[in-house]
Amino acid sequence: MTWKRLRWIKIPVFLLCLVPVALLIWKGFQQDLGANPIEFITHATGDWTIRFLCITLAVTPLRRLLGLPDLIRFRRMLGLFAFFYGCLHFMTYLWLDKFFDLSEIVKDVWKRPFITAGFLGFVAMIPLAITSTTGWIRRLGGRRWNLLHRLIYVSACAGVIHYYWLVKSDVRLPLLYASIVGVLLAYRVIAAQIKPARVRPARDLTPAS
Amino acid sequence: MPPDRSSIIEDMLVRKSPDIRYSEVTPKSAYLNRRRFLSTLPLAGAALLSSRAYGAVKLSAVKGPYSTTEKPTPFIDVTTYNNFYEFGTGKEDPSKNAGKLKTSPWSITVEGGATKKQVFDLDAIMKMAPLEERIYRHRCVEAWSIVVPWIGFPLNVLIKAAEPNPKAKFVAFESLYDTKQMPAARWAGIPFPYIEALRMDEAMNPLALLCFGMYGQVLPNQDGAPVRLVVPWKYGFKSIKSIVKIKFVDREPPTTWNLANAHEYGFYSNVNPTVDHPRWSQASERRLGEFLKRKTLMFNGYGDQVASLYTGMDLRKNY
Repeated sequence: MTWKRLRWIKIPVFLLCLVPVALLIWKGFQQDLGANPIEFITHATGDWTIRFLCITLAVTPLRRLLGLPDLIRFRRMLGLFAFFYGCLHFMTYLWLDKFFDLSEIVKDVWKRPFITAGFLGFVAMIPLAITSTTGWIRRLGGRRWNLLHRLIYVSACAGVIHYYWLVKSDVRLPLLYASIVGVLLAYRVIAAQIKPARVRPARDLTPAS
Repeated sequence: MPPDRSSIIEDMLVRKSPDIRYSEVTPKSAYLNRRRFLSTLPLAGAALLSSRAYGAVKLSAVKGPYSTTEKPTPFIDVTTYNNFYEFGTGKEDPSKNAGKLKTSPWSITVEGGATKKQVFDLDAIMKMAPLEERIYRHRCVEAWSIVVPWIGFPLNVLIKAAEPNPKAKFVAFESLYDTKQMPAARWAGIPFPYIEALRMDEAMNPLALLCFGMYGQVLPNQDGAPVRLVVPWKYGFKSIKSIVKIKFVDREPPTTWNLANAHEYGFYSNVNPTVDHPRWSQASERRLGEFLKRKTLMFNGYGDQVASLYTGMDLRKNY
């Protein structure tokens, strides 16, 4: 099936990506966000940021493993959704937790490693969101653009560390995300190792001196 | 004639309670919060949940001293947002999992440096002094807070009954730990059984409460049934739940969170807005049910009663 015929799938996928925030709003109206609604919102938006980062990072491996190269057409949208939930998460902190108290925020980012990590992960996504357009890919050139967009590795790692440092003692979930990100990054390392090996068989065959 | 289903549910919902004095504490609407129940649960679920919430055994008490005039936190919040790691580390886990806890019969074993080293039955303990209702502020180390109408009597009543010897400088407490009733505990990441301790003069302070109930009824399991400590000038984790053992010792005993992470949780853990937790500020807190944060008070606002316990101590070092 050609991409043209599959194009319409983007719309339901887009709507699907909005479900978490829609649910949050719905629960908010139902007064169903529990005893500490602001904490609930903070955790939900944070969870979905790291989940979308993982989903975005899974696109490249899945394309090859499933033989579905057209999956690339969803990557920008998924990455932008990671940024979208990251923005909501950051705004919740900025507004509902700190009430825009800038000195408090600077102190937090500076003094508290888990906030530093989260902030770093968020900031690293900003240039990626800005340069996500076709125009920017052309302006930067594919090679440089690809290099820049490796910043998502920083975001994902920082996100996992942020989560791990946040929890008090039960580290099961942070470790789960750490292993998912680990596998997705390890895939890239291995894939990069395999490819050059294939193009340079001759050198590999030369006996070691 | 057996009552039909609807009348059972009705009976659960509008159970008569001749000895209730709860209306003196807070308007009913504040803790019923029916909107949250009824909008989200099917009828059967609502009836089940409400039977757990309101069908509980009533506990009457006289008004005690030291009560704040602040508005008590809605009952639903105090019973669905808990830290009780034996029943899971999520805030809503204890309310889901603690139903299995068997709270009767119950006893407290007194050990260590005391004359009355024996097993005290809970029913006997509860008759040691008249039950008082005390509305205290309760501040969690995680920077949220609640106001709770507790029911109990001063901890010093039980301590005096145990007749500790003069060498006892500290008193340690231990929670029930039963993996059969608490299967989620294995994932908590902290050592069990949960242990906490106070210096003897802290434990004898009349503010420290041995607590059996709240909101006019016996403690719900997730809130530490059937007997817990309430130490309102310290962070919540010092107020140990579901106590099975008390031990008098002459040296500062180990305590659970201090063992898990000494850098973050000190032995004293007095509420102190000027000493930050390494990962967050303690200067302000979120009162459950309020949108804006409020300033945290030194000793959680109980300085008049307890500040003298710490004269000359560096509270930055003894956090």
